[in-house]
Amino acid sequence: MIMDQLDFFIRIFNDYTTQTIGLGTTFLGLMSGVLGVYAVLRKQSLLGDAVAHSSLPGIAMAFLLTGTKNTLLIFAGAALAGWVATFWISGIIKNTRIKSDAALAIVLAVFFGFGLVMLTYIQRMENANQSGLQSYLFGQAATLLREDVNLMGIISGFAIIVILLLWKEFKLMTFDEQFARSLGFNQKFINLVINTLIVLAIVIGLQTVGVILMSALLIAPASAARQWTNRMGSMVMLSALFGMLSGLIGTAISSTGNQLSTGPVIVLVAVSIVLFSFVFAPERGWLARLINKNKNRRSLELNKFIQVLYETCKNHEDIKHKHSIQILKALPGYHAGTLKTLKDGGFIEVANNQWCLTALGISRASANGKQEGISQ
Amino acid sequence: MITPQIEIQIIASLVAVACAIPGVFLVLRKMAMISDAISHAILPGIVVGFLFTGSINSPLLIVLAAITGLLTVVLVEILSKTNLVKEDAAIGLVFPALFSIGVILISRNASNIHIDTDAVLMGEIAFAPFDRLVFSGVDLGPKNAWVMFAILLMNVLFTIVFFKELKISTFDAGLAASLGFAPVAMNYALMATVSVTTVGAFDAVGAILVVAFMIVPAATAYLLTDDLKAMLMITTVVGIVTAISGYWLARLLDVSISGSMAAMCGLIFLTVFLMAPQRGLFSIIKRKQRQKVEFLQMTLAMHLANHSGVNDDIEERRISHLSKHVGWTPDFAQKVVKDAERRKLLLLDGEVMNLTEKGENFVLAANGLISATHHPGFETLRKEFIIFSD
Repeated sequence: MIMDQLDFFIRIFNDYTTQTIGLGTTFLGLMSGVLGVYAVLRKQSLLGDAVAHSSLPGIAMAFLLTGTKNTLLIFAGAALAGWVATFWISGIIKNTRIKSDAALAIVLAVFFGFGLVMLTYIQRMENANQSGLQSYLFGQAATLLREDVNLMGIISGFAIIVILLLWKEFKLMTFDEQFARSLGFNQKFINLVINTLIVLAIVIGLQTVGVILMSALLIAPASAARQWTNRMGSMVMLSALFGMLSGLIGTAISSTGNQLSTGPVIVLVAVSIVLFSFVFAPERGWLARLINKNKNRRSLELNKFIQVLYETCKNHEDIKHKHSIQILKALPGYHAGTLKTLKDGGFIEVANNQWCLTALGISRASANGKQEGISQ
Repeated sequence: MITPQIEIQIIASLVAVACAIPGVFLVLRKMAMISDAISHAILPGIVVGFLFTGSINSPLLIVLAAITGLLTVVLVEILSKTNLVKEDAAIGLVFPALFSIGVILISRNASNIHIDTDAVLMGEIAFAPFDRLVFSGVDLGPKNAWVMFAILLMNVLFTIVFFKELKISTFDAGLAASLGFAPVAMNYALMATVSVTTVGAFDAVGAILVVAFMIVPAATAYLLTDDLKAMLMITTVVGIVTAISGYWLARLLDVSISGSMAAMCGLIFLTVFLMAPQRGLFSIIKRKQRQKVEFLQMTLAMHLANHSGVNDDIEERRISHLSKHVGWTPDFAQKVVKDAERRKLLLLDGEVMNLTEKGENFVLAANGLISATHHPGFETLRKEFIIFSD
């Protein structure tokens, strides 16, 4: 498998077709990675799913009206349908007591059903040109042409310019919509721009990843990136990187034969990156949390032990009275290594097999005592 | 003799009703997208089950796939409990991953599995009548119809037996827990129902229409009633109407049956969304307009009351003064005054407005209402003065 991938990355620079596909999935990963950050942070992860499913009737309509599989027209049809879907969803939420989850499910299922009706209608027309339409369900990177990739590049370039220009507005809107409004930003307009860009990000992935799974490519890189950083800027960069990696590796695996659809493979790669991040990310990751928890537990145990030492010493006139190491080892809460930790931390002094608390040790113990007093 | 046509409609209706029952609770619990997740995520369970059993209608397969459905719910909960991602993102990560595994499993074992990926999405209801259940030489009808009938029966029994528990844990999980009704267990039982129903319906109508049948009829009913039992009834009726009209639409246009059923779901929802007596868009718009008129009339009447009687001020009661005091444009003020005159709230003396007795009573009643914390009398007020007919 590794050889296959190496081979792929070498071929990218030689073979025209793989170059095209690789470039296409890179653009796709970039765009969905960047826009996914906004979708995930704005708690609109499932909007992408609804929009992606809803674009099917748009694709079919574009084909039905023009009779060609022109990528630009299909993009336009898909974007229009996805866009209409977002309006339907917000219309249902605003005007009825139906909540967002049901609104998403309604629009998703109905639009997709309508798309299936149109798709089967087109199939019945026995137009030899229609066969490619089916690939929009699960995606087929092999159908990417150079013009398609150029178009994907132009759209993602446009989206990134818009994001850079409206960086501050988008950020504010993402984290504190009320505050943004109170500052006089045009909330409706900015939301419209973000939603439109999210729709575009989904649309350019339909040919490669397909309508069913495209939403995962929006959510996964951003969810992974979120684990590594707390800053918006680095999250966007990381997410873009993860997106591009998923696209490239996924295409590599699916293009090495096996006749796999690209969509599921890219999604599995992206989800693997998420799982890796969940486990290994610093601070938020599962491993880091486990280590942190252990560290906390050990530091609590140490504090408790210092308290025990202090209780032992304070009954003597001289608090620095020397005790034998044997006594220390017999005290409750002693573990192998405690002695060394105490010594290294400067909490006790050891000489001639005898120990006494240092000033630091005493102050730590009395600080603990005070805290306990408060909590009691 | 039952023709395949009728058999398809029977199967579709069974699917619609079986889906409708858990769907009602999903919509009320704001968990609609879970059905989308389950319907996608059971795919690997179905594939593995199919590899084991070789039949799409085998009970073992249904159990295996239903377990995958429950696994989805559990995974989503585990993920969102870690606080690493929000619940919606967790849903959006889990089901595409499982669905991808399913699709890849299908394409890797294409020679052993007679499920193609299109069937996963659209279902094969047109072929359902060909797979018959034959018991000791007697043809008992399509297998799928029996499977769906069993699932429907299970759903109905579950809802009847646990109606009280379902109701209370849906509307007030805290109260349910404090009364000892175990809302968590109820939740998992419901999810198990959703999973089993989805698996059964999947073969006939595909992953997406399962979502349509579960959510859209229930949401439609939600716009029509406030009563849980009525909602279950309406959902059932909407489901059956959708199934049968969708079938005939598909026949007429010669297109995907499941797709056209989903489209019919949408059409019925749209109609209700626009026309529903209380919550429809049209009645909302009408109500808002009526409230606007009510508010204007009340403002005018109160303004006049404030400047009549003890605090009589004829200047304030001139129509031209309204633009200064209330901020209405002259044209608009003219319109509101004409309206009030027609409703006999005031009499015009040239440019000066005089409140009638009816108008005075109206102000008194309205004052009482506004100062009260609750406004149960608003409807009576409207009827008593019969000035604001719908």
